[in-house]
Amino acid sequence: MANWPLLSLVTFLPLVGVGFILLLRGDGDEVARNARWVALWTSLLDFALSIVIWVNFDATTADFQFVEQAQWLPQFHIAYQMGIDGISLFFVVLSAFLTPICVVSSWTSVKMRVKEYMIAFLVLETLMIGMFCALDLVLFYMFFEGVLIPMFLIIGVWGGPRRVYAAFKFFLYTLLGSVLMLLAILAIYFQVGSTDIVEALNYDFPPHMQTWLWLAFFASFAVKVPMWPVHTWLPDAHVEAPTAGSVILAGVLLKMGGYGFIRFSLPMFPDATAYFTPMVYVLSVIAIIYTSLVALAQEDMKKLIAYSSVAHMGIVTMGIFTVTSEGLQGAMIQMLSHGVVSAALFLCVGVVYDRLHTREIARYGGLVTIMPKYAFVFMVFMLASVGLPGTSGFVGEFLSLMGAFQANTWVALFATTGLILGAVYMLYLYRRVVFGVITHEDVRAMLDLNWREIVVFVPMIAVVLWMGIYPNSFLKPIQPSVANLVESLQSARETGHHYAAR
Amino acid sequence: MPVAAVFLPLVASFIAGFFGRWIGDRGAQLVTCAAMLIAAALGITLFVQVGLHGQSRVVDLLNWMDTGDLQVQWSLRFDALSATMVAVVTIVSAMVHVYSVGYMAHDHSIPRFMSYLSIFTFFMLMLVTADNFVQLFFGWEGVGLASYLLIGFWFDRPSANAAAIKAFVVNRVGDFGFALGIFAVYYLFGSLQFDTVFAAAPEVAKSSLNFLGHNYPALTVTCLLLFVGAMGKSAQLGLHTWLPDAMEGPTPVSALIHAATMVTAGVFMLARLSPLFEYSETALAVVVVVGGTTAMFAASVGMAQNDIKRVIAYSTCSQLGYMFFAAGVSAYGAAMFHLMTHAFFKALLFLGAGSVIHAMSGEQDMRKMGGIRYLIPYTYILMWIGSLALAGIWPFAGYYSKDTILEASYAAGTGVGLYAYWVGIVVAFLTAFYSWRLIFMTFHGKTRASHDVMHHAHESPPVMLWPLYVLAAGAIVAGFLGFNHFVGEEHEGFWREAIFVLPAHDTLGRIEELPMWVSKLPLVVALLGIFSAWVAYIWRPGIPTWVTSHFRPIYLFVLNKWYFDELYDAVFVRPAFAIGHGLWKKGDGAVIDGLGPDGLAETTRGLSVWASRLQTGYLYHYAFAMLIGVVALVSWYLLFQIG
Repeated sequence: MANWPLLSLVTFLPLVGVGFILLLRGDGDEVARNARWVALWTSLLDFALSIVIWVNFDATTADFQFVEQAQWLPQFHIAYQMGIDGISLFFVVLSAFLTPICVVSSWTSVKMRVKEYMIAFLVLETLMIGMFCALDLVLFYMFFEGVLIPMFLIIGVWGGPRRVYAAFKFFLYTLLGSVLMLLAILAIYFQVGSTDIVEALNYDFPPHMQTWLWLAFFASFAVKVPMWPVHTWLPDAHVEAPTAGSVILAGVLLKMGGYGFIRFSLPMFPDATAYFTPMVYVLSVIAIIYTSLVALAQEDMKKLIAYSSVAHMGIVTMGIFTVTSEGLQGAMIQMLSHGVVSAALFLCVGVVYDRLHTREIARYGGLVTIMPKYAFVFMVFMLASVGLPGTSGFVGEFLSLMGAFQANTWVALFATTGLILGAVYMLYLYRRVVFGVITHEDVRAMLDLNWREIVVFVPMIAVVLWMGIYPNSFLKPIQPSVANLVESLQSARETGHHYAAR
Repeated sequence: MPVAAVFLPLVASFIAGFFGRWIGDRGAQLVTCAAMLIAAALGITLFVQVGLHGQSRVVDLLNWMDTGDLQVQWSLRFDALSATMVAVVTIVSAMVHVYSVGYMAHDHSIPRFMSYLSIFTFFMLMLVTADNFVQLFFGWEGVGLASYLLIGFWFDRPSANAAAIKAFVVNRVGDFGFALGIFAVYYLFGSLQFDTVFAAAPEVAKSSLNFLGHNYPALTVTCLLLFVGAMGKSAQLGLHTWLPDAMEGPTPVSALIHAATMVTAGVFMLARLSPLFEYSETALAVVVVVGGTTAMFAASVGMAQNDIKRVIAYSTCSQLGYMFFAAGVSAYGAAMFHLMTHAFFKALLFLGAGSVIHAMSGEQDMRKMGGIRYLIPYTYILMWIGSLALAGIWPFAGYYSKDTILEASYAAGTGVGLYAYWVGIVVAFLTAFYSWRLIFMTFHGKTRASHDVMHHAHESPPVMLWPLYVLAAGAIVAGFLGFNHFVGEEHEGFWREAIFVLPAHDTLGRIEELPMWVSKLPLVVALLGIFSAWVAYIWRPGIPTWVTSHFRPIYLFVLNKWYFDELYDAVFVRPAFAIGHGLWKKGDGAVIDGLGPDGLAETTRGLSVWASRLQTGYLYHYAFAMLIGVVALVSWYLLFQIG
């Protein structure tokens, strides 16, 4: 089994599903039904594959594993190269975990162009997983940018009334960053002579070049995270995206930025990272406080959760740039946790949206009396979002902040206020939607969770609690890679002194 | 076996919560009460084993977090401190569970209520048996969650929802400090395990910590940060505002969480972290001042309240102040002693008040009560017992614990110690006064309730009275039974390593040498307080009205709880919403989007319109433009290239 090209399999398996869906013939309803089933089975199989990878993953080494190499453009030293380490492993699993959830959650709510919709999600899965596995810059860039296309279509075709505005805003922002990243990749190629990521990681870039390359990558990743002040595309994109689109957007796409920082910015440009760390701290702290306050004022459920995402990702960027083992591992766990929790929160919004077709908070209230199961599920994810100990949110937040305290107490102080603000806006949301008495007559007719929704939520709750009570299953594989990174950055700081010398 | 005591409530909570529909109300009550009674029996056994026979131990359960440097375990620590707490928590919780069967009999969501009560007990037990800071924090936030759920139990009441959120958020403010304190501990010690940290404390005490750009003594910063957490949970001045509002929850909840157990977590934390606090004189002094001032503040407010539950709530706040300054003068044993006796008599008072409310068809305003002592005689006697214990009248429990605290403060011999002593004396008077104000307004005189209410007034059923008898027994005997072990001659053999006191701080050891009047004064002022209440509410009932009208500003100040809520509302709550709205519309909307994507799109459109205007189609326009270009080029060449 070890010799199988597992990563290519897990990456391209969804495309096989796409092939099957394209072959479907028959009348509209039949095709739609079969497309759903094909998409579900493909994504479940892919998830099983990702679990196989996790099980076979060697948690004792920081090296890339399951490495595959094939000639692609040998004359340009560009190769098809795949491999994962502790940093990418769980993003692969997360992507594979969320796709079947998206398929099931869209089972009945998407009625139009079901075939195309399922194809879009399977293609998206291929691109996401491929991005996390790619070990060649050109390959990475293709996957990284390719993700935009199905996402753009998902928002633009199956989205809400202002979908075109949101889709273009999303595209404009992310494209702006991508152009700079492409330039940076070209520069790296000319400097290193290859697009092999492993080679680039071991290359010692001259300091003046580091600054520009770091900024170019930063432009791209900061938009994806998104960091303040380039976050405004996110609320619009979320509001207009269909529920499953929000799930992938919050669950995986935002993590591409954080992954990029850890994979490229930190190890390749250690001097520039040290130089720009104060700026990242300031932006992260602003993100945490600013967007939490903005979240407080929201009247739209999805917008509120979108803003909370920005705040939670602020913790992530802060944790990453502390360059401590606690901060980085915390940031990793925070990303995984946020991937599940915010995805689940968007699903929670989707549940009531499917029934009442509005996301306005004031239109709800008193749901607990008619939807007790829903109230429980929503409560669990609200608490995870608030970072209650015992849930995944706590582990990520706690470790990140702990790293921040070692790096800078001011940052830790301001970022920890997120603990208070996060509780305020989430509890306030929960109170207005779930508690209270029913004031709108149409709310009274809403039905509690059906079995399909329960099937979606149960595994997510299990993961949230698992990561909260026994996060070691996740920390262990991450640890060697993070330790390796921290060590190399610290030694670079000690021996380098490029900036001090100038 | 001790592990079972901790996890039985969790199991019971799951059964009642998830299978409540199948097992029914009665089933949920049976499961949770049975689990709690067994847990209480185990808790008492544990207290005897660990506390009295000194068999402390740590039970490891599971690895929690392991990041390479940081290692955190799920484990249960049983020593004299946690065994005391386990016993108190399980006993009071069991009594409250049983009482709730009667009190909540007419409620629609009995399984949910029982499930919440049990999950609270689980979190509280996790808190007190924690072996490291993170698990302490787990329990800490967990009880906060349970408190939130129970305060907001009647979710259809807006006031209950508001109070629930307030409780959670104010506690989060405390936890903000607590979390920073934990980070500081890890930064200084490289571990979050109690034993490792405590062992290294004397060394670290000499170092300093750079916090927010300044260097401070390391342990002072750390302890003060941790203390913010204790202040939040134990409703100390500044972070107390949630506790009175928490009375929106059902009365059994007030008794269990907001009197006997959860709110004392701060005191427990001080005792548990005594090996750290002992090395910071500054932190200890702050603890004393905060505790003393809280005791004074809460007692003054308690004098003017008319809601029977709020009077007791402020009384709790005030008594917690006593416990805090006891810990601050290094009399941790006395703090724990008062915690234990207080758990009994305050739970008794709350449940007694619940019995009164039950009898008065849900009325809580004492101005609409009066003259019901013959209708509910058992409750009346039980309330007397609770009040006598609270006021510290010999031989009731409060006498022993409160006396010791005041003596220890005096024995500390420091300025803050004396401050605490004299504040404590004044508060002892006030406590006795408002307790008997409560009794006289509720039970004596002519009734002010409607005929209908009085017609229905009845004594509570046995299922509610029996728990009260148990607690009353505790309120009577806990003092003289516990005295020797907690603070008396055997206290060092009882606490062992669980509590650490520097020899220079041994205030409990110096109590014997104090002058006579120091220990007798509290009892004298307490009796005086009862007498004054009798004068003001029975003998000359005109006095209160005269006082409130002649000292109106002071009365209003006290009645309105020193205007803390109004202040916080104006300074924090409303600005937060306003700023949030402003940042959203102005910051995100006008500035970022205006200059960013929307602005870009607008500019592009503008430019293209402008550019399209240039294309007029007239030949002479183009020729003219070319001419200008040529002129400009030639001039530039002549000016800069040649010259």
